[in-house]
Amino acid sequence: MILLSLSYSKQYHLRELFYSFFKSLVGKDVVVELKNDLSICGTLHSVDQYLNIKLTDISVTDPEKYPHMLSVKNCFIRGSVVRYVQLPADEVDTQLLQDAARKEAMQQKQ
Amino acid sequence: MSTALESYINRTVAIVTSDGRMIVGTLKGFDQTINLILDESHERVFSSTQGVEQVVLGLYIVRGDNVAVIGEIDDETDSALDLGNIRAEPLNSVVH
Repeated sequence: MILLSLSYSKQYHLRELFYSFFKSLVGKDVVVELKNDLSICGTLHSVDQYLNIKLTDISVTDPEKYPHMLSVKNCFIRGSVVRYVQLPADEVDTQLLQDAARKEAMQQKQ
Repeated sequence: MSTALESYINRTVAIVTSDGRMIVGTLKGFDQTINLILDESHERVFSSTQGVEQVVLGLYIVRGDNVAVIGEIDDETDSALDLGNIRAEPLNSVVH
């Protein structure tokens, strides 16, 4: 898995950490839950510095309630409206991520 | 790596706005804050009692703050949709 090595973490802000984290997840299947309660499942195509997310091959997790996206195959989700990004546990090294985030938080404090 | 909207330019897109509306149009332009230019746009109003109502809007600029999702519409699937028979609750507003 590609994650910033901890020695690089001094140069980056916390936002770069999660940007890099998401970049390492490109190609994986995720479920994005939005702040309007819509949940969209799809393959992570790309992410940018604002954590805007592009998903391909999408499906809405509850298509009966939300037929609004029936003719949409790919979508762009504005980072500011994401509530959660659900990932399978085996795609993430939680220990490494936790350590890196803790280090970043300490840098930011100083 | 950038998630530019360039690949959606001149395509038919469905915009979900932060107040829960859905606007379909041709994406003509965008910027870094996701301000959008939509041509030939119309709003699709979903209702649990009636079929989908389409309200013609024309050329619109949508401010990026109000954009939640931009979906690339597959024209083939979309023309096969029977909008008159779709019943759905309107989407919720985005709550930060």
